[in-house]
Amino acid sequence: MASTACFVIVSKNDIPIYEAEVGSAPKKEDLAHQHQFILHAALDVVQDLAWTTNAMFLRSVDRFSDLVVSVYDSVVHTRFMLLHDSRSDDGIKSFFQEVHELYIKIFLNPLYLPGSRITSSHFDTKVRALARKYL
Amino acid sequence: MIGVGKAKQYANVLDKPLSRGRQEVSLSAFAFLFSELVQYNQTQVDNIAELERRLEDAGYAVGARVLELLCHREKGNRRETRLLGILSFIHSTVWKVLFGKVADSLEKGTEHEDEYMISEKELLVNRFISVPKDMGAFNCGAFVAGIVKGVLDNAGFPAVVTAHFVPIEGQQRPRTTILIKFAEEVKQVCIV
Repeated sequence: MASTACFVIVSKNDIPIYEAEVGSAPKKEDLAHQHQFILHAALDVVQDLAWTTNAMFLRSVDRFSDLVVSVYDSVVHTRFMLLHDSRSDDGIKSFFQEVHELYIKIFLNPLYLPGSRITSSHFDTKVRALARKYL
Repeated sequence: MIGVGKAKQYANVLDKPLSRGRQEVSLSAFAFLFSELVQYNQTQVDNIAELERRLEDAGYAVGARVLELLCHREKGNRRETRLLGILSFIHSTVWKVLFGKVADSLEKGTEHEDEYMISEKELLVNRFISVPKDMGAFNCGAFVAGIVKGVLDNAGFPAVVTAHFVPIEGQQRPRTTILIKFAEEVKQVCIV
């Protein structure tokens, strides 16, 4: 299990719609801010990279000291971004795919406005469970 | 015993599997629902342009969801980065899932570089609809135009999409054409 892991879902308009610290290390306030800053800085790189490839999993797009940012870009250009320090690519890819399925189920809700925050606590529980399983 | 053999009930929609589900929906049920949608919107607006816009907005929401779901089911999570790719995706896959057949034709416009047309002899949504003379060129295919717009916008190819009637000689009912005009930024970003 990665000791540091910050997971963010960013909508097409670069607005975060879901955030979670899923690492196993104890939470520190300033570190959380730094993680979010790193993830948002990586958005520029993702924007250019997204148009070059057909695949959804963009692997690691940016680094910051020993932390790596991995990104998964869905069809509607909703970005799932993970800041982590572990190395297992397969685990991360499976994590992204499972969260993507959960996201599709939320998205299919006709009363969900695309681009708005995901507030379901059930979704939160499931994402954290998946993080424990794959990361 | 009552209840024996019932399918497993899930507490939350997030737990339900994203299966293919039943592929078919009753046409009469859909036609009834669509006619009620049009009639409801008719009571809310003053003119035809506003009515078409509302139908388009309704279709837009459908298009966004159709795009995400179909890419997950059919294409094994690969995105489209090319214009022709996304157009042929709409023309075949989206049409097949929504209307049971691929669209009749996909053409590139001759006058302008950024115009494309998807034609259909008779749109499913228009099959049970007759437009009175005083409504002029109103076309309920605006709903389908909205679906196409939803798919294109969310895939990253912003466009203006409209539905038009094209009279054909020898046929009583005119053909319907969905006209897609891409925005400026599409030409710059994408490889056609």
